[in-house]
Amino acid sequence: MVNEDRRQILISPVTRIEGHAKITIRLDDHGEVDEALFHVNEFRGFEKFCEGRLYTEMPIITPRICGICPVSHSIASVKACEMIQGIQPAYAGNILRRLIHIGQNISSHALSFFHLSSPDFLLGYDSDPVNRNILGLAEKFPDIALKGIRLRKFGQEISQRITGKKIHISGIAPGGMAFPLLEENRLALLNWIPEAKETVQLGLSIIKKFHEENAEMVNSFAVSPTLYLGTVGPQGEHELYDGKLRFIDENGNILQDQLDPKRYLEFIAERSVSWSYLKYPYYKPLGYEKGFYRVGPLARLNVASKMKTPLAQLEFENFKNIAGGRPIHGTFYYHYARLIEALSSVEEAEILLNDPEITSDHIQTHGKWNYTEGIGCSEAPRGTLFHHYITDESGKLLKVNLLIATGQNNPGMNKSITEVAKQYVNGNDIKEGMLNRVESTIRCYDPCLSCSTHAIGAMPLQVEVMNANGQIIQRIERG
Amino acid sequence: MTKKKIGTVWLGGCSGCHMSLLDIDERILDVARLADIVKCPIVDGKEFPKVDIALVEGSVTSDEHLHEILHIRKQAKLLVALGDCAVMTNVTGMRNYLQLNEVFDTAYVNAISNDQSGTVPNHPALLRLHDKVFPLQEVVNVDYVIPGCPPSADAIFYVLFEFLNDRVPDLNEVKKLKYG
Ligand code: SF4
Repeated sequence: MVNEDRRQILISPVTRIEGHAKITIRLDDHGEVDEALFHVNEFRGFEKFCEGRLYTEMPIITPRICGICPVSHSIASVKACEMIQGIQPAYAGNILRRLIHIGQNISSHALSFFHLSSPDFLLGYDSDPVNRNILGLAEKFPDIALKGIRLRKFGQEISQRITGKKIHISGIAPGGMAFPLLEENRLALLNWIPEAKETVQLGLSIIKKFHEENAEMVNSFAVSPTLYLGTVGPQGEHELYDGKLRFIDENGNILQDQLDPKRYLEFIAERSVSWSYLKYPYYKPLGYEKGFYRVGPLARLNVASKMKTPLAQLEFENFKNIAGGRPIHGTFYYHYARLIEALSSVEEAEILLNDPEITSDHIQTHGKWNYTEGIGCSEAPRGTLFHHYITDESGKLLKVNLLIATGQNNPGMNKSITEVAKQYVNGNDIKEGMLNRVESTIRCYDPCLSCSTHAIGAMPLQVEVMNANGQIIQRIERG
Repeated sequence: MTKKKIGTVWLGGCSGCHMSLLDIDERILDVARLADIVKCPIVDGKEFPKVDIALVEGSVTSDEHLHEILHIRKQAKLLVALGDCAVMTNVTGMRNYLQLNEVFDTAYVNAISNDQSGTVPNHPALLRLHDKVFPLQEVVNVDYVIPGCPPSADAIFYVLFEFLNDRVPDLNEVKKLKYG
């Protein structure tokens, strides 16, 4: 709870993130930042209202948790269904799902970088907020804006070309896919690859230039040592769709490796807190506080031993050199990590589109209810995602547990915000540029708050400074 | 001709309708030529300003949403319910058959992954959820609806483009409606 005898700054809400949040910055008696509380607002209650429904409905219902990473929900869900049925997906159906999943990763990362974050890098953190967005970008750098828009479009187009829809697609079903990829669509997607690669490289050059020109800020920006969790393949390679879990500590030591996601409950617990609708998960063996870990692009690159594709591997080596092979804790590097992932996704899409089986008709195996429990996992753009279902003997859901990517970054976000607030906010001097930096910390994580609390919203930015009696002594509005 | 003003907002939804709006891709620049997007979750902005067209995604789930939609109604000449959650609550309204405290307890007390040391969220900075989720038209007058979960980018662009050119769109006529 808020300590009444401290001064507070409330930033409400945070814009240009995909979700709805407020921040209270608590000042101590000297007007210095004491700590920040990250409030995630809204809650939709999927775990409860899905009870009583058939487990096979879940790959269709749960994407509606989030319009930005619906495919990851479908994938985690369908894997849980396959465990309930005790079946394996057909090869071609499985690689089609992988392709769709990669497409979503490309569009989500493009959105995060080009639409939401690049205005800060290209127009400046202290530029006029009215123009600090994709349209402002389109005025000043039309070429970059258009390329960013088209990169996101490419990712969305993969779903469109396979299922006829871009968001909340149907067709991802237990056993594989319900629709095949037609040859003409395969060619259309394949033709797009060179452009997509070029645009990701453009993004990489933007972020690298920004790193060079702002080295001090980048390296001191919300450096938050935590544990990291990500999915890896059998050789420890970077993986988004299917694999085993790896936890590392802040020095890069491997805590757990090749962990079957089905054992998540042995390693992850979460705590509800008073100030947020988003819970605080932690690595169970180390307990709350010591066990905070982060997920998502930065975490996945920190845990991975290598990338699967050549161009991404080159960038990955640069990335690893930044901290001499140890994990990178600087939150700003989420952007770089995200673009490296976008690059590997485009390369992997090319490989999949050249797989002779990708247009096969043998895309689905068929099963029926066999077991009462299913756990599925996938790497959403923002991090590891778990769906856990328990059914009765007719396949009706008795219990649903969802562990969402952004939820797992919640403790890390809170920690990073506190660090940035300490660095940039001085109780007696609050400038719009500073607030934007606190917000942009959150934006580094690219939080999908709709997803994590299964809800969403957004409102104006308001900062209030309150004195010990709860009187507002200063109020700043954005604009 | 003075440029029109557009504002968009998401209430209780999944952001999918806004993502579908973004799926108009390059055509967003056509929209920007005819109108200023003065308020949108992907744009920094202050309180919902006076606009010609407000696109509203999601249902009314809480005190803040209610306050916001009443405010938007005053600010907008034309209020468009964007997507099934706004039109008829859709998935967001699936909790309407349950008691709110049961829904809360499932997430914050009884979830299998929860430790037993937590608190149910109750901070004053959090919005207060209503027992029931409402579609927009139960709370305010809605001028136009675009159904779909989400509506296709083509449908959204068509409606916007017609309104921006002072025509009344007819979704049936142009066969832009699709189930699901
Ligand atoms: S209508 Fe569908 S896409 Fe739109 S907010 Fe609701 S669930 Fe999401």
